Amino acid sequence: MASLDTAEPQAVFHDDAGSLAIELTGSWSAERAPRIEELIAEMGERIASVSRATLDLSAIIRLDTLGAYVLNRLKNQREAAGGSVELVSRRPEHAVLLAEVNIHDCSVPPTVHHFGIVSVLVNIGEAMVRFGRDMVGGAMFLGEVVVGSVSVMFGPRKFRGPPLVNQIELIAFNGAPIIMLISFLVGCIVAQQGIFQLQQFGASAFVVNLTGILILRELGVLLTSIMIAGRSGSAFTAEIGSMKMREEIDALRVMGLDPIEVLVVPRILALIISLPILTFISSMAGLAGAALVSWLYGGIGIDTFLARLQSVITWKHFAVGLIKAPFMAFVIGLIASIEGLAVQGSAESLGRQVTASVVKAIFMVILVDGLFAMFFASIEF
Amino acid sequence: MSANWSQSSGYPLLHGVAEPSGSNQDAPEPVIKVRNLKVAFGDKVIMDGLDLDVMRGEILGFVGGSGTGKSVLTRTILGLVRKQRGTIEVFGENVDDLEGAARRTLERRFGVMFQHGALFSALSVKQNIQVPMREYLKLSPALLDEMAMLKLEMVGLRPDAADKAPSELSGGMIKRAALARALALDPEIVFLDEPTSGLDPIGAAEFDQLIMTLKETLGLTVFMVTHDLDSLYSACDRIAALADKRVIAVGPLATMLASDHPWLKAYFGGERAQARLTADLRRS
Ligand SMILES: Nc1ncnc2c1ncn2[C@@H]1O[C@H](COP(=O)(O)OP(=O)(O)O)[C@@H](O)[C@H]1O
Ligand SMILES: [Mg+2]
Repeated sequence: MASLDTAEPQAVFHDDAGSLAIELTGSWSAERAPRIEELIAEMGERIASVSRATLDLSAIIRLDTLGAYVLNRLKNQREAAGGSVELVSRRPEHAVLLAEVNIHDCSVPPTVHHFGIVSVLVNIGEAMVRFGRDMVGGAMFLGEVVVGSVSVMFGPRKFRGPPLVNQIELIAFNGAPIIMLISFLVGCIVAQQGIFQLQQFGASAFVVNLTGILILRELGVLLTSIMIAGRSGSAFTAEIGSMKMREEIDALRVMGLDPIEVLVVPRILALIISLPILTFISSMAGLAGAALVSWLYGGIGIDTFLARLQSVITWKHFAVGLIKAPFMAFVIGLIASIEGLAVQGSAESLGRQVTASVVKAIFMVILVDGLFAMFFASIEF
Repeated sequence: MSANWSQSSGYPLLHGVAEPSGSNQDAPEPVIKVRNLKVAFGDKVIMDGLDLDVMRGEILGFVGGSGTGKSVLTRTILGLVRKQRGTIEVFGENVDDLEGAARRTLERRFGVMFQHGALFSALSVKQNIQVPMREYLKLSPALLDEMAMLKLEMVGLRPDAADKAPSELSGGMIKRAALARALALDPEIVFLDEPTSGLDPIGAAEFDQLIMTLKETLGLTVFMVTHDLDSLYSACDRIAALADKRVIAVGPLATMLASDHPWLKAYFGGERAQARLTADLRRS
């Protein structure tokens, strides 16, 4: 069987007073594609200069869809340009194959490419439109979540205790060690840098003011929110997204259950409860790190550190961090749920959405923190 | 030159006397020859002492209850599952003797359509069809695109399906796209694992028709695992039945109907099969 016989394809030209006879030999199959493409180009040129051409396929050892397709394309192109091309063969299966590829129009629609500045502008425009849509979609979803929360609140039967407790365990309990560790390390670093700089003015004792205020007002809640966005936000998106992918969300809907009430509200609620707790833990760990470095590196004893801390930190500083926490939780939960529900059928879409969820959540956390800073400054809190 | 095609109709039509192409159609030769095959997972023996021949140019329908090992046999022939014992010959060569380049050459002659399509979800339909082409052939980018579109059209998909992701396709479109990918390299044998399961009867009948057309035009040998009585009646040249860990009967439909094996009696004697058969008789 000459099935994978890859004899070199060839075309022998016989010129004959205005008409051209071409005899084809060898294997006109896909393995020989580069040579076939060359031959087709050559034949195209030769045929273009005559009014009639006859291609004899009888001596071809093996003809497959590729060979048949390019020969048929050559014929159609020449005929469209007003010439005449005949494909002849003594082999009936060639006719069948040529008929099979002839009914198919395979012209590929040209793709439109933008270059340089245009494509930059197009991208910017698209990004702005997407951002606008995200905002509108987010606002609508916010409405649904509020309605869902209210209906859960006023219909105690709908309140789902076990999933809530389960989520709080996953977020707060399992997340606490890593958040403590990171906050502790950041506390150490900030204190070390503070002492190093303040020493030059002989003011290293002020490191307590610096670390105390910075950690309680900003670092504790920021570090916690960023960690939770990466840890729990991504998990929410993946959970909700994979349920969406496998039509489980639709299954809930047809059972008369609202996916927002069942899936989203417990998770956001769990975040709102967990994040202040974690923020508190994180702040304490950060202060512990700062105290340790102040003692070892700055020579400030632990009791001096605590006494100074008590005199400079008022309950306001402590409150500022904790007030922000539930808002951060809400933002993270909302974005994670929106992105989860935006998952389409494929696994790639799930991966994309999880990434988007984390990136958007961290961005929004920082943005919200900035807004709070402006707000607290203007009310002089 | 004894034959040519008229140009007027737009389709090349054959005139004159056609010489036989010299293929040995009168003496069917097995392209796949399985002997005394044993496959087991742990102590769970799936098949033992299984013999099977697939002839060149035929559509062989392979039937058997759910979980009897139809997919496992297909995967064993393809070299995806290890066999405990027995020989598998493809195109007259023992697959155990083939390694490296020879093995790849053999695999090029296979086209496989998996039970659930197995389209690469990260790629568009067109890119899926181009994966084997890019791997094995050297085509110019333009021809690569055109060949992918040709395969798409051959399996009856519209050109706008080319840039869709597999997740955007319906069940029937997935089957067609998977077939287009299986046909990408003009294989000689195609393995179809339940190609019509999950399709509506009209879609399934169209698919059977498509397989038959492709068999005629491309000279394919088709190994088709199926549960679909309609496919067995209309598309398959021969049927092989798997039960009791081996092939219990093989032959045309009449052989199946004449068998006294209880499973075959239940399968072809059931209400649905009988209704189909009487409908066939009434029509003819
Ligand atoms: N990789 C595997 N490991 C263990 N058991 C398997 C494996 N693949 C298939 N099986 C078992 O082999 C049997 C036959 O499976 P399969 O060939 O898929 O059935 P079907 O005839 O419906 O296609 C089933 O009982 C299945 O559980
Ligand atoms: Mg199966």
